[in-house]
Amino acid sequence: MAKKENIFDKAKDTVSKKTDVIKDKAEDLVEDVQEVVEDVKKNTEKDKATKVADKVKGTDSKVSETVKSSAKQVASEVKNGGKTITPKDAKIPEGPLADKWTNYKNQQKLVNPANKRRLDVIVVGTGLAGASAAASLAEMGFNVLNFCIQDSPRRAHSIAAQGGINAAKNYPNDGDSVYRLFYDTIKGGDYRAREANVYRLAEVSNSIIDQCVAQGVPFAREYGGLLDNRSFGGAQVSRTFYARGQTGQQLLLGAYSALSRQVGKGAVKLYTRYDMLDVVIVEGRARGIIARNLVTGKVERFFAHAVVVGTGGYGNAFFLSTNAMGSNGSAALQMYKKGAYFANPAFAQIHPTCIPVHGKFQSKLTLMSESLRNDGRIWVPKKKEDAEAIRARKLKPTDIKEEDRDYYLERRYPAFGNLVPRDVASRAAKERCDAGFGVGSTGLAVYLDFSDAINRLGKDVVEARYGNLFQMYEKIVDDNPYETPMMIYPAIHYTMGGMWVDYELMTNIPGLFCIGEANFSDHGANRLGASALMQGLADGYFVLPYTIQNYLADQIRVPRMSVDKEEFVEAEKAVNDKIQKIMNIQGKRSVDSIHKELGLIMWDFVGMGRTAEGLKTALDKIIAIRKEFWSNVYVPGKADSLNMELEKALRLADFIDIGELMARDALLREESCGGHFREEYQTPEGEALRNDEDFSYVACWKYTGEGNEPELIKEPLDYEFVERQQRNYKA
Amino acid sequence: MWLIHSSVGRKVIMSVTGIFLVLFLTFHSVMNVIVLFSAEAYNSVASALGANWYAVIGTGVLALGFVLHILYALYLSWLNLKARGKDRYAVTKRQEGVSWSSKNMLVLGIIVFGFLVLHLFHFWAKMQLVELQYGHGWEAAGFQNPQDGAYFINASFSNPIFSIIYIVWLVALWFHLTHGVWSSLHSIGVNNKTWINRVKCISNVYSTIIILLFIAIPVYFLLGFRVL
Amino acid sequence: MEKLLNLTLKVWRQDGPKAKGAFETYKLNGISPDSSFLEMMDILNDQLINEHKDPIAFDHDCREGICGTCSMYINGHPHGPDSGITTCQLHMRSFKDGETITVEPWRSAAFPIIKDLMVDRSAFDKIIQAGGYISVNTGGIPDGNAIPISKWHADEAMDAASCIGCGACVATCKNGSAMLFVAAKVSQLSLLPQGKIEASQRAKKMLSKMDELGFGNCTNTGACEAECPKNISITHIARLNREFIGAKFID
Repeated sequence: MAKKENIFDKAKDTVSKKTDVIKDKAEDLVEDVQEVVEDVKKNTEKDKATKVADKVKGTDSKVSETVKSSAKQVASEVKNGGKTITPKDAKIPEGPLADKWTNYKNQQKLVNPANKRRLDVIVVGTGLAGASAAASLAEMGFNVLNFCIQDSPRRAHSIAAQGGINAAKNYPNDGDSVYRLFYDTIKGGDYRAREANVYRLAEVSNSIIDQCVAQGVPFAREYGGLLDNRSFGGAQVSRTFYARGQTGQQLLLGAYSALSRQVGKGAVKLYTRYDMLDVVIVEGRARGIIARNLVTGKVERFFAHAVVVGTGGYGNAFFLSTNAMGSNGSAALQMYKKGAYFANPAFAQIHPTCIPVHGKFQSKLTLMSESLRNDGRIWVPKKKEDAEAIRARKLKPTDIKEEDRDYYLERRYPAFGNLVPRDVASRAAKERCDAGFGVGSTGLAVYLDFSDAINRLGKDVVEARYGNLFQMYEKIVDDNPYETPMMIYPAIHYTMGGMWVDYELMTNIPGLFCIGEANFSDHGANRLGASALMQGLADGYFVLPYTIQNYLADQIRVPRMSVDKEEFVEAEKAVNDKIQKIMNIQGKRSVDSIHKELGLIMWDFVGMGRTAEGLKTALDKIIAIRKEFWSNVYVPGKADSLNMELEKALRLADFIDIGELMARDALLREESCGGHFREEYQTPEGEALRNDEDFSYVACWKYTGEGNEPELIKEPLDYEFVERQQRNYKA
Repeated sequence: MWLIHSSVGRKVIMSVTGIFLVLFLTFHSVMNVIVLFSAEAYNSVASALGANWYAVIGTGVLALGFVLHILYALYLSWLNLKARGKDRYAVTKRQEGVSWSSKNMLVLGIIVFGFLVLHLFHFWAKMQLVELQYGHGWEAAGFQNPQDGAYFINASFSNPIFSIIYIVWLVALWFHLTHGVWSSLHSIGVNNKTWINRVKCISNVYSTIIILLFIAIPVYFLLGFRVL
Repeated sequence: MEKLLNLTLKVWRQDGPKAKGAFETYKLNGISPDSSFLEMMDILNDQLINEHKDPIAFDHDCREGICGTCSMYINGHPHGPDSGITTCQLHMRSFKDGETITVEPWRSAAFPIIKDLMVDRSAFDKIIQAGGYISVNTGGIPDGNAIPISKWHADEAMDAASCIGCGACVATCKNGSAMLFVAAKVSQLSLLPQGKIEASQRAKKMLSKMDELGFGNCTNTGACEAECPKNISITHIARLNREFIGAKFID
């Protein structure tokens, strides 16, 4: 009760304060207007009079706008009963959308070459974002310390991206433009991304392609020697550049080679097999990290003037996902625990084309590139009895006649057909399987059929386009996709949510930056295919190297700190204590067994179809799992040596917290948008039903201490330049 | 010096000396078969290659080629053994498409070298060496006419054991060449995707022809024919 | 339901780089032929953990054949008996019930063992750092279509670029040579006009680094090509030889 009154008082206070501000502003403006009116009186000449009249008009609209926006903010703050993040807090530059980035670059502070040498930057992660950022910063002259958990930077999970990378080059002359790429991305993200960031992303997309070509990335080419493009889900133009089915690998190797060049020159100091376990905050600023040497087990301290984290997504909270076994959310969670906001944790992407789960022993899910949907057609049997017969292995898919097949994506979404965005395709598959039309032994699979494409284009062309994917499928499933259709089912693939960052990609902790999948900024509630590579490289090559200077320009007088400073020592001690605590449990359960349990809960309740009731159940169960973990986990071996079980245990501890955060965020968001589908909120046709009135904001979660509920802070999303619509891929 | 210090440089030496030796073998094999047709013709070639200055220089260069090839082979093998590390695999299997000879070049080389010593003893020691030592005084020193190559051939191969030994040797040499010829071209960069199978095929045919020419002589003797 | 497999595993155990290693034998029952090799290893490790024994350390990450982390020498072959795949793509249907499977780490002087089946392949990174790049900085780059590249060259470069840096070529080479790895990178970059400019410098720098790090000399056995999970052709080695010899003659 007391708490409520408190909030009410606070709100009242805020309102009165804000009203005062508005009053003052209005009074100022009224004075302006009066001046102008007097001007008019003095000047009788006609043309002057017109000018003045214009000025009056301008002032008039200014008055109303200022008043309106201030009022809006006050209203939202009152409504939220607390803090909100304004565009000014997010450092979004003034001006029209297309000029924001240019304006920013023109006005930002830079660091001169002599000073760059005196500044250290830690970059954690060597994926597309991390490697490209580390390389670019080193090229500029900063001292870079680069960390990765793998044995080589080239093994970061960006390497597994298959399909391609988007850019608004418009080489195929099909009407693409920066604006259209921006618009598709905003729309694809279901209007839950920040306009200014997304526009900048589209703007720099073209430079990425140029950069990669110069690095020797062997993109696919036409016979004339020019770059080839293909189409991808969520777009009506062909804007995706690719290198066979290994685009991520080639782009990462490009960034890796740039990084290696700097390592060779001594500009980057590389730390492989190091796991970041905490960020060190000194006087409110990020000044270093605590990392564990995975080979020796030693926990070490590192200082830098700024810390950049590009450690990818947290999809492995689901245990089974398309992420690599080592992908984790620990860096993100440590930042969160140090006060950085975790934004939109519930926004996770389910990828529609993965190889279905086949057994309890399964350790991960394998993605089949979305590019397969270019030529493959997705279907399930029209008749339930056919589906049942297939499940019982009495019928083969090739036995089902054409008229008995339900090409449900083409049926429901004639305009985009098999190329609808990922969230839509995934839900449609789930809907069919839930309705009893699923195939495969579990009934949790649909067909992706290439027989049409093979008839139309010939086996050779299909093989040239997808040969390696078909081979991969055959190796895993032991079934030839040239003859029988592939079986696919959705799986967790990417997390749009992540650390809240401003326009400069800095979290709310000064000096702590977050790039790539690890931040929340560009994909809203759903990411379009071939956009992750684009964002990772945009952040690393073309955005962060600029924006970080705006911060570092003020740090040139800060001398390098000793890592024996109290804050570092304390942070290291906390990490060691946590490790000891885990080692001392000596319970009965292996890390994986608990992780699998968490994964099942996440998939069942925080997966593709979420309900308030389910999410509440999930929260209870996750809390029980946390208890189980901290009382009954068994980690063999020693802490001060190579110990992969300990690594996994530390990550699982964080996944449990992330899982809780995801469930909490999903429960709060009483709407369906993008990858977040609340079953209570759907149109009669079963499409996602957004609620722009109440949920057009970024949900930022602030850590408030162990065992406490996190505080919610909102960043309202006002769409100045795009009109929000119900996403429609039907016509 | 990159021909000693770099791995590709060392391979270039192996390759160039190898190609040189293959050319020598080509010449030698062609010369040999002459004896099957005319002992006199053969002897005239043999006498041209006696103690003349050009023949001696030729022999010296040839010997240098052998020595370099062998020294580099030993050096490379030692380096490669070191690169392999201390522990060995418990299970090893030959990969599909990898020829046996390619993995046993050193062994084959040693076998070939062993027989080479025998061969030098049989022929070179009685021919060029005698000529160099005694000049025209060979008769006084109690030797056979060193220019009468056909005689030595007849003498050696009349013994079927030597014929068989020579055949074994030539088979080992054939294995050595099947890998050696294409590999030497590969090492100096004469290869690409289109040509790799052609290069291998040409090399095999070439080595087979050389060896068949050599083998013709012991087989001829085993069949009961004689050149004199 | 397919028949489950009962297996005997002989696994190399070694505590650290300097420790003495030895094989240990484990029995493992009820393995589904549909599980992957690494999933079988997971099950074995789970069994070991339940018995409070030290689980087997091995490298693995993406488990879809692209990151190049996994590295096991299984029954005499790097990445196991199946061809064109990595260890993580190997499935248990390639083995027979009752079979004894021998699992060893990569063995090469340049890849010291860290623990059990885990080796240190940072030598590969050092070779790339020596010159496996095109010297361009971020920004100020001409348009991607400014220099047309023939499809043949682009495809050939892509073939070479598909190397995942797993080290199977070194592991299987009787000479412990890294020529296929070096050649793949040199070849990829020298095939493209952007990389042509420093092609000979690159070949020299990478090759001398390779020699310096203790890799062996190539004797063209072709074992690397046969075991490469990405089927990279040894003709790239011929191209590297050409680049290198050409560069030395110009010097």
